[in-house]
Order: sequence, then C-alpha cells, then structure tokens
Amino acid sequence: MTERLRNFSISKTQSGSKIDEKLISLVLIASSLVSVGVTAGIVLSLLFEALRFFSLVPISEFLFGLNWSPQTAIRADQIGSSGSFGALPLIVGTLLISTIAMIVAAPLGLASAIYLSEYAGTRQRAFIKPVLEILAGIPSVVYGFFAALVVAPFIRMSGEGFGLEIASQSALAAGLVMGIMVLPLISSLSDDIISVVPDELRQASFGLGATRSETIINIVLPSAFSGIAGSMLLAASTAIGETMIVVMAAGLAANLSANPLDAVTTITAQIVALLTGDQEFDSAKTLSAFALGLLLFCVTLTLNYFAHKIVKSYRKKYE
Amino acid sequence: MNRNFLAPSPNLARRHRAETAFKWFGRISIFLAVGFLVLMLAIIANMGLGTIRQTNIALEVDLQQSEFDSTNLASADFEGLIKSALRQNFPQVSSRSQKRQLYNLLSIEAPFTLKDFVLENPETIGTRISLWFIASDDVDMYFKGNIAVSPAGNVGRLSKEALEWVKYFEQNNAVKTFFNSRFFLAGDSREPELAGIFSALAGTALSLAVCLIISFLIGILSAIYLEEFVAKNRWSDFVEINISNLAAVPAIVFGLLGLTIFINVFGMPRSSPLVGGLVLALMTLPTIIIAARAALRSVPHSIRHAALGIGATPIQTVFHHVVPLAMPAMLTGAIIGMARALGETAPLLMIGMVAFIVDAPDSILAPATALPVQIFLWADSPERAFIEKASAAIIVLVIFLIVMNLAAILLRQKMQKKF
Repeated sequence: MTERLRNFSISKTQSGSKIDEKLISLVLIASSLVSVGVTAGIVLSLLFEALRFFSLVPISEFLFGLNWSPQTAIRADQIGSSGSFGALPLIVGTLLISTIAMIVAAPLGLASAIYLSEYAGTRQRAFIKPVLEILAGIPSVVYGFFAALVVAPFIRMSGEGFGLEIASQSALAAGLVMGIMVLPLISSLSDDIISVVPDELRQASFGLGATRSETIINIVLPSAFSGIAGSMLLAASTAIGETMIVVMAAGLAANLSANPLDAVTTITAQIVALLTGDQEFDSAKTLSAFALGLLLFCVTLTLNYFAHKIVKSYRKKYE
Repeated sequence: MNRNFLAPSPNLARRHRAETAFKWFGRISIFLAVGFLVLMLAIIANMGLGTIRQTNIALEVDLQQSEFDSTNLASADFEGLIKSALRQNFPQVSSRSQKRQLYNLLSIEAPFTLKDFVLENPETIGTRISLWFIASDDVDMYFKGNIAVSPAGNVGRLSKEALEWVKYFEQNNAVKTFFNSRFFLAGDSREPELAGIFSALAGTALSLAVCLIISFLIGILSAIYLEEFVAKNRWSDFVEINISNLAAVPAIVFGLLGLTIFINVFGMPRSSPLVGGLVLALMTLPTIIIAARAALRSVPHSIRHAALGIGATPIQTVFHHVVPLAMPAMLTGAIIGMARALGETAPLLMIGMVAFIVDAPDSILAPATALPVQIFLWADSPERAFIEKASAAIIVLVIFLIVMNLAAILLRQKMQKKF
C-alpha cells in the first residue's frame, strides 16, 4: 500500500525541474543538429579545397581531360611540373568496375531476393538470411585481400590457359569480388521491396491459374519494379564509392580502357594514393584528391537521393 | 469440337518446367552467394592458420667465460656468440655471402633471446647450452610448405645451400614449431616472424571506444529528439533525408572530412585514435540513429499516455519510461554500428593511421594503426610470410565481427520485450 501512495505523492524535484527540462531539450536539439552539421562539413570542406584546386587547374580539363598523371615537381622551376589532371580515365575505370560488379550482383541478388521472399520456407530463411548478413558485414579490406591475392592470380592463370593476356590487376577481378560484396545489399533491399507487394495480387493471379513463377514474372516484379530499381541504384552508388577492393586489386594505372581484362584505376583508389604519405595543401596534386572527392560525393548523393525518393513513393503506393 | 476440357493442356508440362527452372535459378544464386562466402573464408583460413605455430631452431651456444664482463652481463656480444655457434655447425662455410645466408637462418631476435636467457640464468656462463631460437620467415615458410621449390633448387629467398643447412638442423631434431604467442602480444615489425597484431588491436580498441562514446550519445539523443519531440514538418523531413543520405556517403569521403576538419582546422594529431574514432563516429551515427528511432517507435503509445496521465512531464515520460524499454534494441543497433566501424579501413588511411607503428598507443593522442589497416599494410608487402600474417589477422577480425553480431542477435532475442 505504501508503495502505491508514494507514487502518487508530488515529487519535490518536480517544481525545480523546469530549467532542467529546458536544458535537456536544448541538448536534444543540439545533438540532432550534429548530423546536419556533418553534411555541411563534408560539403564545405570538399568544396573549399576543390575550389582551390580549380583555381590551379581548369574544371573543363579536370572533367574532360584524357590524361591523369598527378606529378609534383621536385623543384619549382622543373619542366612539366604541373602534371595533368584529366579525370576521365578514372571516371571510365570506376564505371567499368562498377558495371562488372552490377552485372554480377543484380541478377544474383534479385534471384536470391525472389527465392527468399516467394519460395523459401521459414526454416530456409532462418538459415540464409544470417549468412547473407555475414556476407554484408565482412569488411571490404577482406574482400580486397581476397580479390588481390586469390581471385586476380586465378583469373590471370585461367586467362593464360586460353592464351589471353590479362593484367595482374585486372578490372575483372576487382569487379567480380565487388559484385559479391554488393549482392547481399541488393538481395536484402529487394526482399523488403517484394514483401511489400500485397498478397491479393498474387492470390488473384493464382486464381486465374498462373504458376508461381508466372505470377512473379508477370505480377510481382512489374508491381515492384520501381522499388527494385531504387535498390539497384543504392547498390550502384555503394559500388562506385567502394575503396578498399579497388585500392588493393585494381591498382593505380590510369588507363583509358573499357576492356575488363586491362588494369584500370578508380576515383577512390586515386584519392587514397594521393593522400597517403606526404601532403602539401598548396599543391595541385594533394588538392586534386578533394576535387575527386567532390565528384564522388555529388555522384553518390544524386544516386542516393533518387533511390530514396523512388523507394519512398513505391512504399506509399501500397501502404 | 469434342475437346475434353478436363484434360490437362499440352502447355502445362512446359509451364511446369519453366517453374522448376525459375526456382532453381533462385536456389543457384543463393548457393553461389553462400558458396563464395564459405570458399573465401576457407581459403583465407587455410592461408593464415599456420601463423599459430612458429618454427624454431635449437642451437648449441658456447657461453665462454671470456666473453662476459661479470659486472655488466648485458654488454656481451650476443650476436657474435650466435654467429659463432652457427659457424661451428657448418665449418665449411667461408665466403661472406655464404656466412650472411647462414646468419639469416635465424631471426634478428635471436641475440635478444640469448641475452634474456643469460641474464636470467647467469650460472650457465662457462657452459654449453642448447636454446630454441625463432627461425627467420624464409625458414618458417619452407617448413610450412607455403613456397614451392623452384627449378633452381631454392625456396623463395632460401638458396639451395641454405636449404641443406636447414635440412641438417631438421635431421638433428633441432627444428620444432611452438605456439606463436608473439603474434598476439607483439606490435608490427619489419621482420614477418616477429610481427604481431597487438599494437593494431590496441589502436582499434581506442578508436572504437572514442567512436562508441560519441556516436552512441549523439545518436540516441538525436533519435529521441526526432522521434519523440519534433513535430512532423519540413525541417524534420530535411533532417530525415539528410540522415538517410549520410548513411550512403562513401566511407572515404568521411576520411576527407576528418583530414580537413579535425586535422587541418582543429589541429588534432595525425594518425591518432582520437581522430580515427571521431571519423568512425560520424560514419556510424546514421546507423545508430536509424536503429534507435526504430527502437523508440516500437514502444507502444499506451506507455507514454500512462506516464503523462499520472503527471510526468514529456521529458520524464521519455527518459523514465520510453528509453529504458527501447534500450535493448538501441544497444543492438550500437553493436551493429561498432561491427561496421571495426572493419572500416579507407577513412583511416586518409587520416594517416597507416604508418608503421611498433608500440601500442598509450593514449588516444598517440600515433596508432588499426587492425584492418594492418591487414592492408601486410597484404601489400612482398614477403610471403606477411601474407600469412595478414590472413591470420583477417581471421581475428572476422572472429571479432562474428562475436559482435552474435551478441547483437542474442541481445535482440533475450532482452527485447514483446508488446
């Protein structure tokens, strides 16, 4: 009885807590501003350093130049000291590796998602889902290690068997392993998307005599198309921004090539190469890393923005 | 016109075959994904498990009285003692290059092993003792069979001659493998046989501690604000879009942010776990906020109404009733965020946690490296023995990750209340 009464008695601290409550709400507001501040910090720091870079190298040369060799001069008066900063080989290399990754990941990831959501029973799901989560949780440095030391030599050796000349740091090795890395992302996002499709649609299709696969191909996938497209965009943006696999397996040769057997380099690999070791924040070489970073940020942000928008409007349609 | 409508359509068999094929396509994709994971982990484990054992060579050393100054035992020429002991085994070795190869059979740690032994057992001076010394990485790789014998008869950097000497030791039962405690207790080294992951682990632990404190605190507070207090308007939409976009910003961009803001603007020390932890915290913040908001949303409104109904202020309602109920799910989110931060490498390269660090950092301001960065550094080394070390470090990293994920799953199952 006494305990209950105590709960109803007016707390002594209650009257004095008005100021505390104000303080607490201020702290709450401040901490929610941190994430906005981080975004602002990213944009400002990239923009500031990139603008300094564009005062040294014209933006048109950066975006459309065909030659990337960021040399720094040992002496100021050295000939050819400026280096050349045409980012096109890096952009093409990034797209090449990401495309290979998506060619691997998109069909496999979508098929896994369809199987998980439409065919697998609860016991199968209970086993497969955690395995895919582990696959998604493995750090990219492990994938990079595997790509550089196991997959790349394997591809090179099998290429020799067919008389093909394959670079030891081929885009193919990096792209294949990156595809496996983004596969669980696609499968888990698409799984969520497919499970949003209302069951009435499936029942109606079954009622007309369609088999399960016909229902999936003719009813479920078209209904879920926009959502799946959104998850593919998210996966592509992850592939474009992935760093460790390409640093370890793709190398630094800035070749302008669309051949997956060649060695290419990517935006992220070059940022790492430019900023590890000595940095001088007044040289075009160091500053070019920030211009590359800004380019990467803009591309991934655009992809993410549209992906989220698509997925959100898709969910609204059915909920 | 007398078609039997009850007979199965001739198309049906084809449609059923298509159905089976479609189902198998899904099965095969999952099999490929799971198979790749198993294959990758098995290959890496196979490459790295050898690190647990380390090859040692027993050598008889003549501790002549004349070599030692009784007042200062540590000043003796231990390297010379080892070298002469090696030469005694192979009197035929004469040329300088041969001698160098002979000395290279043992790790450069050998003189220190001898010194420690003599300082502990001064009574052995004047006698012949037999002691186990760590073999060099080339010998280690030979015994583990990691390098094939070349047509010229050499194994990696071990020449044909050196191989004979190693075999001589083997025949005299002077080669043995011991548990490699150095790998877990030592820092990085230029010599693969002496390198360990301790300093990298210490750097990772300090960075993650900084990361956890900052991201958990800020993450949960901002989740509470966004979920419990703010009205749904354009501002809250903006913050929401901002957080989901932040979650998908490439890791390396956070590294660039850390480099410009924390190091160049605030002047924090490069390569330090403080900066590493801050960068990782900003990266994990979206994960933690999203998980914490989901946790708060799962607390039923009746709890809030009951608390408000008996006169609690909104702040009291949230902090006394809602947050404790949501805490297990919030912790689960935090553990998953930490597991992601544990394996993150690229942003740490940007802020200079990639240096050659031997000693474990003693504070969050000291230069340090991290376990995934150590893997990257070793994987980049030309020596085969460092590849083995990198694989072993990956095994350690993956074990940590699995333990953290299991902890998150258990926490989710055991602690979470069903409403």
